[in-house]
Amino acid sequence: MKLPDLTELALRNLRESVLRNSLTTIGISVGVASLVAMLSLGIGLQQMASRRLVKSGLFDTIIVTSRRELRGMSREEERTGPNPAESRVLDEPARQEIERLPNVLEAYPDIRFRTELRYEDKPHLTTISALPSSAQSNDAFEGMQGSFFSSETAAEVILQKSFAEELLGKTQPLGAPEPSVAELAQPLLGKELLMRYAQRAAAPQQPVPPKTNEAASADDSLATAAYSVVSREQKLRIVGISDLDVESMRGPMRAKVFLPLKLAESLHVMQPNDVSEISRAASDQTVYSSISVRVKNPAQVQSVEDAIKKLGFNTFSIVDASRGLRQFFGVLYAFLGIFGSLALIVASIGIVNTLVMAILERRREIGIMKAIGASDRDVKSLFFAEAGAMGILGGIAGVILGWAIGQVINFGTNIYLKRQSLPPEHFWAVPWWLVIFGILFAVGVSLVSGRYPAGRAAKLDPVQALRYE
Amino acid sequence: MSSLAVAVRSENLCRHYHMGETLIRAVDGVSLEVRAGEFVALLGSSGSGKSSMLNLIAGLDRPTSGTVVVQNRDLAKLSREELAKYRLHVVGMVFQSFNLIPSMTLAENVELPLRFAEVDRSQRENLVREALDRVGLQARKDHRPSELSGGEQQRAALARALINRPQLLLADEPTGNLDSHTGIEIMDLVREFNRQLGMTVVMVTHERALAERYAERMIFLADGKLTHEQPNVPAGARPGTQGHA
Repeated sequence: MKLPDLTELALRNLRESVLRNSLTTIGISVGVASLVAMLSLGIGLQQMASRRLVKSGLFDTIIVTSRRELRGMSREEERTGPNPAESRVLDEPARQEIERLPNVLEAYPDIRFRTELRYEDKPHLTTISALPSSAQSNDAFEGMQGSFFSSETAAEVILQKSFAEELLGKTQPLGAPEPSVAELAQPLLGKELLMRYAQRAAAPQQPVPPKTNEAASADDSLATAAYSVVSREQKLRIVGISDLDVESMRGPMRAKVFLPLKLAESLHVMQPNDVSEISRAASDQTVYSSISVRVKNPAQVQSVEDAIKKLGFNTFSIVDASRGLRQFFGVLYAFLGIFGSLALIVASIGIVNTLVMAILERRREIGIMKAIGASDRDVKSLFFAEAGAMGILGGIAGVILGWAIGQVINFGTNIYLKRQSLPPEHFWAVPWWLVIFGILFAVGVSLVSGRYPAGRAAKLDPVQALRYE
Repeated sequence: MSSLAVAVRSENLCRHYHMGETLIRAVDGVSLEVRAGEFVALLGSSGSGKSSMLNLIAGLDRPTSGTVVVQNRDLAKLSREELAKYRLHVVGMVFQSFNLIPSMTLAENVELPLRFAEVDRSQRENLVREALDRVGLQARKDHRPSELSGGEQQRAALARALINRPQLLLADEPTGNLDSHTGIEIMDLVREFNRQLGMTVVMVTHERALAERYAERMIFLADGKLTHEQPNVPAGARPGTQGHA
């Protein structure tokens, strides 16, 4: 029989016992809905988690250090690769080389130093680190009061909440409710701070910006390896107060005060590693203790890491941690999927039951069809088509139902989150592949369930079937 | 006579089956021949094996032993698939209980064999109309079987049997559920198929009067065996046409 005829006959047969077939179809749709609901919850949670992680900058960032650094990340790394003494210096040309690697978004030096800040003539000692402008999109700065730096070279500063408290002399007793960021920001925004720092000044007096003489530094690097250290002052305007928790920041960024990156670079603040690298560094070339490399996509971290290692540097990323996370979500999917499919298995038993009932009821009809020339295959395909039609209808209804359940739960949870004055979350995702997968899965389960009844119908003996009244 | 082609030939045909402990010999060594274009009646009391014989000729059942050859096909040697094709194209069947599918309209019932034969939709409509015209049911084509009289249902069954233009019409007590007047109407139609379309007709009946009125030859069965046969001059046969039969 041709497909259109098959479909037509199957649908009319389904209409003949509407109640039973719709109940079966509802069974399938509930099964698909639970599967879709479970999986979309898993996908939604994973998307939420990875959204947060990507925003945190933990998963798309590689930290590059020179092999000369003593804080090697693993023993294995220390033993393999080039001898640390002969390895490359992590300077501006190296940074540019890394930045040119494929899939690298940016590579910026980690500048972090401890120094004194004066506010209303009172000194405060703290750790300062430099932020690239891309850090603006980090959710680390979501709850910030004020604004981000107006430019990369602006003499502006963002304070961490606890440092702001310190400046205002508001040290809270343990257990007391924390003051809100807005409260802290009001008296501080727009005020000036005075930063005292040690500048590394090149001995031949030419404070050339690092970028321009890349070529010169490559050759005669020993020629002018000398510099002096000068004490300097810099006025900074407070533009923002971040409610960021210091403990939650990743290593190179961990500080209580933040400066724009280009400004920090231009200050040539003396870095702890400057002394150890003095014998190798070119005069006016800053040697970085570490560089942060942002990768376009967390999936490319591994390949970029390998490429940087080939250049002769040590690298570190949380890619291993993210691998564990992926594994966790894999297991979570499997569990949610299994629970979701349980309902579908019950539904498939419903299909078998319905079709076996239909065979008993339509025994005579099957006999008639065979007597007038239907082949085993015709009868079999007809029952298959009925199972498949129930599967498609149930699958579509189930995906819609599953999606609706998700919307309702999402809505409900967001009302709850709002009451708790937390930002709304979208932790329910039904990607298009899940829609297609849900429907195909329903059809597949239905066809498998239809196999036994269809085979039985096809094997019916027409003489017996016609005798049956 | 012998120069005419043979439509059905059975040789020592047997169909035995077990019912519990006992062996039932429904058909027990029947040898017969039906010539193409002939109208034959199989007669016998109930349990004589006449319906089992018809099912074997129809390819609905397989012989235990012996052969049955229809239109040069040895049915015992055909696969299930080939037997289905044979039933679809070579044989048309009508039954005592009409056997129309109750959920379908008359037109859909008549169309069903065309769907199995994968005939194009556009052609199907014409063929169905033609067949319904022939049995005079065009006006009732959208009715379901339950809305029609027994005679009308049997006429629809005839239209369905006719639709794939088979050479052989097998009728199993076609008038058994009809009053005598309607029965005659149906039998007139069967004779019309036999005479005008040249279909070979094998009819199973236990009514001798009916057989005498329409059949050209009567074959008597009892206990699964052929007891005797008897040529017959059907009533109302035109002298010219029936002379050589």
